[in-house]
Amino acid sequence: MAGLELLSDQGYRVDGRRAGELRKIQARMGVFAQADGSAYIEQGNTKALAVVYGPHEIRGSRSRALPDRALVNCQYSSATFSTGERKRRPHGDRKSCEMGLQLRQTFEAAILTQLHPRSQIDIYVQPLRGVVSLQVLQADGGTYAACVNAATLAVLDAGIPMRDFVCACSAGFVDGTALADLSHVEEAAGGPQLALALLPASGQIALLEMDARLHEDHLEWVLEAAAQAARDVHTLLDRVVRQHVHEASILLGD
Amino acid sequence: MLRSKTFLKKTRTGGVMKIVREHYLRDDIGCGASGCAECGAAHGGPALEPRPQDQASSLWPRPHYLLPDTNVLLHQIDVLEDPAIRNVIVLQTVLQEVRNRSAPVYKRIRDVTNNQEKHFYTFTNEHHRETYVEQEQGENANDRNDRAIRVAAKWYNEHLKKMSAENQLQVIFITNDRKNKEKAVEEGIPAFTCEEYIKSLTANPELIDRLACLSEEGNEIESGKIIFTEHLPLSKLQQGIKSGIYLQGTFRASRENYLEATVWIYGDTEENKEIIVQGLKHLNRAIHEDVVAVELLPKSQWVAPSSVVLQDEGQLEDDVDKEEERAHMLKTAINEKMLKPTGRVVGIIKRNWRPYCGMLSKSDIKESRRHLFTPADKRIPRIRIETRQASVLEGRRIIVAIDGWPRNSRYPNGHFVRNLGDVGEKETETEVLLLEHDVPHQPFSQAVLSFLPKMPWSITENDMKNREDLRHLCVCSVDPPGCTDIDDALHCRELTNGNLEVGVHIADVSHFIRPGNALDQESARRGTTVYLCEKRIDMVPELLSSNLCSLRCDVDRLAFSCIWEMNHSAEILKTRFTKSVINSKASLTYAEAQMRIDSATMNDDITISLRGLNKLAKILKKRRIEKGALTLSSPEVRFHMDSETHDPIDLQTKELRETNSMVEEFMLLANISVAKKIHEEFSEHALLRKHPAPPPSNYEILVKAAKSKNLEIKTDTAKSLADSLDRAESPAFPYLNTLLRILATRCMMQAVYFCSGMDSDFHHYGLASPIYTHFTSPIRRYADIIVHRLLAVAIGADCTYPELTDKHKLADICKNLNFRHKMAQYAQRASVAFHTQLFFKNKGIVSEEAYILFVRKNAIVVLIPKYGLEGTVFFEEKDKPKPQLIYDDETPSLKVEGTIFHVFDKVKVKIMLDSSNLQHQKIRMALVEPQIPGISIPNEISNMDINEPEEKRRKLEK
Repeated sequence: MAGLELLSDQGYRVDGRRAGELRKIQARMGVFAQADGSAYIEQGNTKALAVVYGPHEIRGSRSRALPDRALVNCQYSSATFSTGERKRRPHGDRKSCEMGLQLRQTFEAAILTQLHPRSQIDIYVQPLRGVVSLQVLQADGGTYAACVNAATLAVLDAGIPMRDFVCACSAGFVDGTALADLSHVEEAAGGPQLALALLPASGQIALLEMDARLHEDHLEWVLEAAAQAARDVHTLLDRVVRQHVHEASILLGD
Repeated sequence: MLRSKTFLKKTRTGGVMKIVREHYLRDDIGCGASGCAECGAAHGGPALEPRPQDQASSLWPRPHYLLPDTNVLLHQIDVLEDPAIRNVIVLQTVLQEVRNRSAPVYKRIRDVTNNQEKHFYTFTNEHHRETYVEQEQGENANDRNDRAIRVAAKWYNEHLKKMSAENQLQVIFITNDRKNKEKAVEEGIPAFTCEEYIKSLTANPELIDRLACLSEEGNEIESGKIIFTEHLPLSKLQQGIKSGIYLQGTFRASRENYLEATVWIYGDTEENKEIIVQGLKHLNRAIHEDVVAVELLPKSQWVAPSSVVLQDEGQLEDDVDKEEERAHMLKTAINEKMLKPTGRVVGIIKRNWRPYCGMLSKSDIKESRRHLFTPADKRIPRIRIETRQASVLEGRRIIVAIDGWPRNSRYPNGHFVRNLGDVGEKETETEVLLLEHDVPHQPFSQAVLSFLPKMPWSITENDMKNREDLRHLCVCSVDPPGCTDIDDALHCRELTNGNLEVGVHIADVSHFIRPGNALDQESARRGTTVYLCEKRIDMVPELLSSNLCSLRCDVDRLAFSCIWEMNHSAEILKTRFTKSVINSKASLTYAEAQMRIDSATMNDDITISLRGLNKLAKILKKRRIEKGALTLSSPEVRFHMDSETHDPIDLQTKELRETNSMVEEFMLLANISVAKKIHEEFSEHALLRKHPAPPPSNYEILVKAAKSKNLEIKTDTAKSLADSLDRAESPAFPYLNTLLRILATRCMMQAVYFCSGMDSDFHHYGLASPIYTHFTSPIRRYADIIVHRLLAVAIGADCTYPELTDKHKLADICKNLNFRHKMAQYAQRASVAFHTQLFFKNKGIVSEEAYILFVRKNAIVVLIPKYGLEGTVFFEEKDKPKPQLIYDDETPSLKVEGTIFHVFDKVKVKIMLDSSNLQHQKIRMALVEPQIPGISIPNEISNMDINEPEEKRRKLEK
């Protein structure tokens, strides 16, 4: 039996998309009333929930407070039912920690932290079914990207000033072609995989991560594909935000 | 941007995993017909003709497209490949099924689809909004796929109606599945079986023969008598293999006896490595090269390999009992010790059928349409085919493919594929030997040619990037006369510091062949250019091999240069590699170059350069030989061709001049330098070439042979072998040294390509070099192209690609290259053998002097230096009294009726052509001197009937 053909001769991927096309994105803001900001996003079958508290006073050890800017605290936990196999992952495992750190890096670059010195912003994680959390409810590839996108919306919902949207997308490289927004099948095929978080207006890169071998000559193409996809994501998120603001203003009765 | 609907496909495996996959349906997939207003030319470029002409089918006279289902594609690919079949829609469903079931057919389909003239279009129906179907409750995957195909056919018909009502363009569904066809007709889709449709093509009656005969009716006619036991299903076989009841191995039929075969068992168990299978029933329809499962028989039924020659002669089909009798005959005269593990084939794990060359044995019944086909390869059984053109095909070489082997049939069923031409014709025979050696020799496809540079070609600014301009250098090339694919050129000049600068410039083929494209894939598949006596099968298209890459004189050519700075004692001071542009000042032959070096009056730049090179080459050669490099010999001959008939009129042994070894020396040096460089840069994935040292037992024959002449050959190291060969001279027998070298060549192992990350022994025994690769002939060897790419990346002149640094892919490439090189060699030998036959056919019977190379138990192998021809003289003949033969293994010698034959003895033999078997003509030799009554034949033209039946003859190829 031959392996999966990730990109057919006609240029279609396994799920019917073309190389540069994104999966279907649906998002909602303000899904929890008690949090300062929250958002829910679906990118294909990958679903993520982000909740933001803050800025507020430093909780716990005061010594963590930074004199010139806010502390961004990110935590990540995946729901046990989110992957194909049910496995209990206690929070604080290596993968979650790493993801939390990556998110923190990403958002420290985007949030105007200097406006809130000595305070704390939580984009943070609770165990399963916790109310204040950022959870991947179902993972079908591009977990990091979905988290970033959800968190962006949640931070916006919380009204925390940011330099720009942070839009993230993954990209891979198959048979000389760069594929945008990898699904789980494509990720599992084992090719190089790149995650990019972009500030679309300035084109600055908030985070770039890749953990496979890819020749530097090809990096440029893959990077460009990921960046284009991130800009596409921005268009969609922008629409969601505008829709949300529009609805909110109607409710307020203006 | 994306107009899509999300569907969920759910599959459960093992009850634990839940796989949810998205499946996007699109409405922007074109139907592929050009001029379709609705789809536009949006995607992929239309492939179907808007008005398909010339398919005059009596069943469906109006214009139409064809839509075959999976089984039609899988089994009737030979028909679909015919140029007469055009405008075919290949559904994605069908293509995926083919891909899962047969990789070779999938590849052929892709080639056909890429051919613009065939107008094949792949319709991505699984992602089209209107043609996607979901698996229903209780419906299996096959039924769902069949339904998907019908839905797509229906959609096409409605779609085409919208496009142009007056055109009446329709899609015809081709299926061999009766139920599927009925359902399609119910739904209003015109559907035919493949056979019906092809038979209705009145303009192309010859296509009928190409149909694979799979129709059930065909088999029913045959006698219901079951001959063979049923093959077990794969699941049972796998179980059995796991539990050790069955053994898995490759089936190798015997050349001499059609009722016997051996199965080479996989794995490293010492016992039962080789299992004998004897008798028609036990062979159970396995064909040479198949992967089979065998069951061992109890020890009481074990047999010894028979030494009888049996050829399948029976025309009667169901005479199985008689055949069993013959099989019993084999089992007589058993020696207990000779018994070997014996088994029977219980099932086939993988068929390895390919199209076979051979000839038709016409049926005795005149009107019969069924005939037997005898393949050229004796290991393949005869194949029954159905054809109406038997009288046309008689006496021709044809190709036949096997379709299947039912249990009640003595022979496998097949179908006619292609007519190659008359037996004995040069073109036909060349074609046959190419096919039988699996040498890819079809003209390059359109897809491949599309990657060639556009003519007129010139060097652009862009090409000059990362490239040095060496056009001012006095470069020249030295090659054999008539060479059009010049891939190397040389220069040598004195530097201001008194040192010499020597450059080897190799055609920059990797500049034109970019990794991964169709041109690259095709060259990789071909692996090497094959040189036959009067023909060259190029690895790359002619535009490159004879023009753009050929380093001809007085034109600017791109090259890859290896430049050394040497002192006058040929020590390398500096090595440098660069991509360059050169302009060769002269294309010389070896003779011309030699003449320039020798004549004192010529003192131009080229000659001075050549003299410098020659001087250095001599020093290099001396040094190499001191290190223990071997100088071996093989009787190489060239045919002088008649310029008009292209028949060989004379033979000439290769002459060796100083200039030959001059060029060779620098090529070796370049190869070694490059090998070092790429291995240094890519220690894990450099493509290198090694030549393993032969095991000492290989030399036995050489040592014994030399001993009989009172000479000693030492074989402990390459160096001592080379030295002792040099010393082995006999003043009375000047040719002895050459003979010894020929023998030594036979003792050697094959040199092979390998990937440096997969092996630890890099040594090249013959050249006495610790590391070696091939860099200097990229026009004719694919290995060199890879080496060029590696080197280009190492010096930063070109970009890399993922496959280049994947050692498993590289190992696969090496495997293919080694196979192709071996096959190319065999094909070359076969071509020489055929031309030798032609030569002697024209020349009649001749007597020549010969030397004995080997002594066998019942024959001697002789070499005729004049023709470089090797042949066997047999002392036993079928219907003559057996002479008294005494074989001595130690000396080695053979005593025939009192006359003793030693190795290297001089004899006289008569050469003649034996054409008793049309399919296997061969050169035959008979002893003239020394005279042995009853065995040797008189020197005068004998009236011996040379067409008498052939006897068992073993090929002495190593």
